[in-house]
Amino acid sequence: MTTVFDPGAAATQATDAILHDTLHGTARGVVVDSPPGAGKSTLVVHAALELADAGRPLMVVAQTNAQVDDLVLRLAEKNPELPVGRLHSSDADPYDKALDDLPNVRKSAKAADLAGLDVVISTAAKWGHVKVDEPWRHAIVDEAYQMRSDSLLAVAGLFERALFVGDPGQLDPFAIVGSEQWAGLSYDPSASAVTTLLAHNPELPQHRLPVSWRLPASAAPLVSGAFYPYTPFRSGTDHDDRHLAFAVPSDGSGPDRVIDEAAEAGWGLLELPARHTPRTDPEAVRAVATVVRRLLDRGGAATSERGPDPTPLTADRIAVGTAHRDQAAAVRAALADLGVTDVTVDTANRLQGREFDVTVVLHPLSGRPDATAFHLETGRLCVLASRHRHACIVVCRAGVTDLLDDYPSTEPVQLGTLVKFPDGWEANHAVLARLAEHRVAWRP
Amino acid sequence: MSLIATLARLEAVSTGRAQPSATVRHRHLSERPLVLVPLTTAGEAGAPLGALVGTDRDAPHLLVVPQPRDRDLRFAFLAELAGVVLPYLDSYAEAVEAAERNETDPETGKRVKVEVELCADAPQLILPSRAGVDLVRLLGRSMRFRRTAEQDPETPFPAPPHVPLLGRWLTHFGERARVPGSSLLLAMTDVLARHWATGQSTLEDQHLGALLAWIDPPDHATGAEAALAAELARDPKGQLLHPPAGPATDPAFDNKLLAPAFERYDRGRTALAAARDGLEADDRLGELTAAERAIRALVESRTRPTWDAVWRGLDLLRELPEGARVEERWTRDRWSFTAHRDRVVAGEPPQPRRDDAVTAANKLAAREREQARLEAQEALDDPLVMAGRRLSGEAFAGEVTDVVMAYSEGKRPSPRPLVTVRTDDRPHLGERAKVYRSLGGKPQAAEFVGHEDSPDGTALIVLRVVDKMGRGKEPEVGSVPEKGDRLCFTAFEHEQRGGAKLPEPEDTPWTHGGPPGEGVQEAADPLTAEDVL
Repeated sequence: MTTVFDPGAAATQATDAILHDTLHGTARGVVVDSPPGAGKSTLVVHAALELADAGRPLMVVAQTNAQVDDLVLRLAEKNPELPVGRLHSSDADPYDKALDDLPNVRKSAKAADLAGLDVVISTAAKWGHVKVDEPWRHAIVDEAYQMRSDSLLAVAGLFERALFVGDPGQLDPFAIVGSEQWAGLSYDPSASAVTTLLAHNPELPQHRLPVSWRLPASAAPLVSGAFYPYTPFRSGTDHDDRHLAFAVPSDGSGPDRVIDEAAEAGWGLLELPARHTPRTDPEAVRAVATVVRRLLDRGGAATSERGPDPTPLTADRIAVGTAHRDQAAAVRAALADLGVTDVTVDTANRLQGREFDVTVVLHPLSGRPDATAFHLETGRLCVLASRHRHACIVVCRAGVTDLLDDYPSTEPVQLGTLVKFPDGWEANHAVLARLAEHRVAWRP
Repeated sequence: MSLIATLARLEAVSTGRAQPSATVRHRHLSERPLVLVPLTTAGEAGAPLGALVGTDRDAPHLLVVPQPRDRDLRFAFLAELAGVVLPYLDSYAEAVEAAERNETDPETGKRVKVEVELCADAPQLILPSRAGVDLVRLLGRSMRFRRTAEQDPETPFPAPPHVPLLGRWLTHFGERARVPGSSLLLAMTDVLARHWATGQSTLEDQHLGALLAWIDPPDHATGAEAALAAELARDPKGQLLHPPAGPATDPAFDNKLLAPAFERYDRGRTALAAARDGLEADDRLGELTAAERAIRALVESRTRPTWDAVWRGLDLLRELPEGARVEERWTRDRWSFTAHRDRVVAGEPPQPRRDDAVTAANKLAAREREQARLEAQEALDDPLVMAGRRLSGEAFAGEVTDVVMAYSEGKRPSPRPLVTVRTDDRPHLGERAKVYRSLGGKPQAAEFVGHEDSPDGTALIVLRVVDKMGRGKEPEVGSVPEKGDRLCFTAFEHEQRGGAKLPEPEDTPWTHGGPPGEGVQEAADPLTAEDVL
C-alpha cells in the first residue's frame, strides 16, 4: 500500500530545507527550481523575512519592475513594520503608486539613499548600475532562469551569497543578435544565469518545490510530464477541489461546447479547419474573442479550495495568451469590437509569472506552414499551458500534428552545450495528444 | 520576415525583377575597397586553393596554391596575401585626425576627456558571400597564433613574416563583421539582399549570381529565368557557366578539371626531384611550370566571374545615395580600426582563442545595442524602411489636426501639450505607451493618451508631448508640433541607452568562475594526423 501524498507536508518539508541551507548552510549559493505556481513568490517573501530577522542585510534582484513592485507589496503585507527600500529608475512613473501608501517602504533612484534598510529590492537592470564599497551579506535572485548570464555578471559583485529561485520550464532568456560564437562556453553571456552559475559551482545545493498550487489536478500531470519529465511535480488540489460552472446553458455553438468541455475536463481544444494563414489569422482571432465573450456572457462561477462559495468568473480572471505581439494586438482589437475590456491579452513572455482562472490560448503553431525554433520553444508552450487555476482553452487550426512530423527540429547541435529535454517537438506532441481528447471541431 | 518584405518578394515574383527594399544605401562603401574572392579545396577545411584580391577592378592579383595539401605552398600563399592586404591596411593607418575620448582616470576614477588619434578613414574588405566571411575568420584563427622564425627560432613550422600579423587583422575584421551595421568587412550578398527583395528565398539569395540576376536581369529574361540559369546552366563539358562565388568550388570542376591538373603538377614535381642532371631538370622544370600555369588559369577562370560580379554589385549599390546616419556608424568602424592598429603597435598579444566572461558579455551587450541602433537609424533614414515599421504597427505617420496647450501638475508646471494626429496607420499602442519623433535630429518623446473617433474612418491619436520643450513654463519656439504638420512617430526608441557597467576581467565574480588568471601565450594548433591528407 502506498502512503497518501500530503501536498502541504511535502511543500513545507521542501521549504524548510531551503531555508535551512540559506540561513545556516556554508555554500555561497542555493538554487531552487520551482514549477508553475509552486509558491515561488511566497518562498521569496518567506526567505526575505527570515534573513531580515537574522539581521542580514538583504538585496533582492527581480527581472521586471512589475515583479519588484509585487514583491514589495507582498513583503509589506506580511510584515508592515519591516523597513524596505525600493530602488527604481529615474524614468517617469518608475514604480507602482500603491507603494506610496506603505509607510515603511522608502523609494529612491539612488542606492545610497536606501543604505541601512533591512531589505532593498530592484530590477537586475537597475542593480547593474549600482556601485558599493561593501557587498551585501545576502541576496535573493528571483526568476533566475529568466535572467541572462551577462546580467548576473553585472550584479554578482554586489553580494556575498545568494538564493536563486526560478522556473526552469519557462522561456529561456534570449539575445537579439547571434551568440553562437560563445555557445558551449560555461559563461556564455546569452545563457541563463543559473546555467552559468551551476557550470562554475556544481557543488551548490539544489532544491525543488514539489507541489503546484496553481495548476488543477487535470493540468499538473500533463504539464509535469510534457515539460518537467525528470523533475515531476504534483498539484496541491484534487479533482474534486475545483469546480467551474456556468449559469447560462450552452447554445450548442463551437465556442460554447469547448467552454463546457474545458469546464468539465480542465482542457478544451477548439479546432478550426486546416489552413495556412497569416500570423494574425482573422478567423482564429475572432474565435478566441468569441470564446472570451461567451465565457463572460455565460456567468461563470469558480469554486476552489480557497473558500466554500463560488467566485464569479470576471474579466480580470481571464487571460488570452499568444506567441506574437501582433497577434495579441489583433485579439485586443477583436475583443474591443465585441465590447470586452479588462481581459489580459499578452504574449507568453509577458504572461510569465501570472495566474488566472481560465486562459484562452492561440496555439503558437496554428496555421503556420513551418515550425521554427521560436514557435517550437518548449518554454513558450509551457507558459501558455500553465497560467490557469481551472481551465485552459486552446484555439488552433487542424494539421499541427502533421506540421510537427513534417518539420522535425533541425537546430544545429553546439558542442559543449547541455541539450535541453524535452525538446519542443516532443513537448508539442505530448500536449496535442492530450488536447485531442477534448477536441471540438468548429467551422466559424 | 516582415509583412512588407513578404509583399516585396511577391511583387518581385509577379514583375520578374527584384524590388527595392531601401531608397538609400544603409552601409558605407569605401572609395577604394579591397575585394577578396577566395577559393578553398574540397575536403580540407580552410585549405586555400587561390584568390583574386586587390583594389583595382581591372587588375586583380591572382594568388594560387598549385598543391593545396602542401603546407609550404599554403604558407607561401598566405605570405603573398599578406603582401597585398597589409600594405592596403597600412595605407589607412597613417592619416589621422585628433579626437576626444572619455576615459576613466586611473588615479581619481573620474571620467575625463583624453586627446587621442582617430584614423581619418578606414580600410574596407569586401567578400562575395557570407561563406567567404567565415573563411576570413577561419584564416585569421589559423594564422594569428603562428610564430615566425624571428619570434621563436625553435618553432617547428615557422610561418613567413607578416603571416601572424595578417591573422590578427583578419580576426579583427571577422569579429567586427559580427557587429550589426558595421562596414569594415562586408559580404556582397548580404548588402545586396538588404537593399533589394528578390523573388527567391533568403537561402537562395546567398548565391551572388542568382541575386544579381534578380536585381539586374539581362534583357528578354525575367529574374527567375536568369537566376535559374546562373545557378544551373552548364557548358557542353558539364562545367557551370557561372561558377559559384565560393569559397567552395563546384564538384564537377573539382573532379573533371582540377584533379587532373593537380595530378599533372604532382607528376611534374616528382619527375623534377628525380632528375639526374641539369639538362633533364630544365626540361622537367618547364613541364612543372606549365602544369602550374594550367592550375593558375583554372583558378582564374573560376574567380574572375565572381570578381566581376562583386564589382557589378558595388556599381549597383553606389547608385543609391548614402543614408544620413551611415557616416556616424562608419566613424565607429574607424574607431574600431584605430583601436586595433594601436593594439598591434603596442605589441599586445593576438586575440585570445576564446573570450573571457567579461569580454563576451561586453561584446554581446555592444552588439545588441548596435542592432537596436541600426534598426532605428535605418527607419529614420529611409521612408521605405519606415513604411515597413508602420505596416507592422511600430510607427505611424499623419497630420496634426489639433494642439491643445496643457501643463503638468506640481510646484513648477511644465508644458505638456496635447497633440492630435490623424493617421491611416494602425499602430499597436498600449496604455500610456511612449512614442518618439525626430526633432532636429534628436528624439522628442510623447505619451499615448487615447484614440478619438473620426467621422471618415481614419484614426485620430491623441498624444501628450513630454520633453525637449526647454526649461521654461512656455515651450521653446518650434518645439511643439503645430496644426497641419506632417509627422512620423515611432514606438521604438531612436537612441540606445548604455548598459550596465561590467566588472573588469580580473574582478570576475565567483558566479562566473572568478578571474580568468594570467593570460598565457597561446600556441598554434598542433599538427595532427588529420592535417595531412
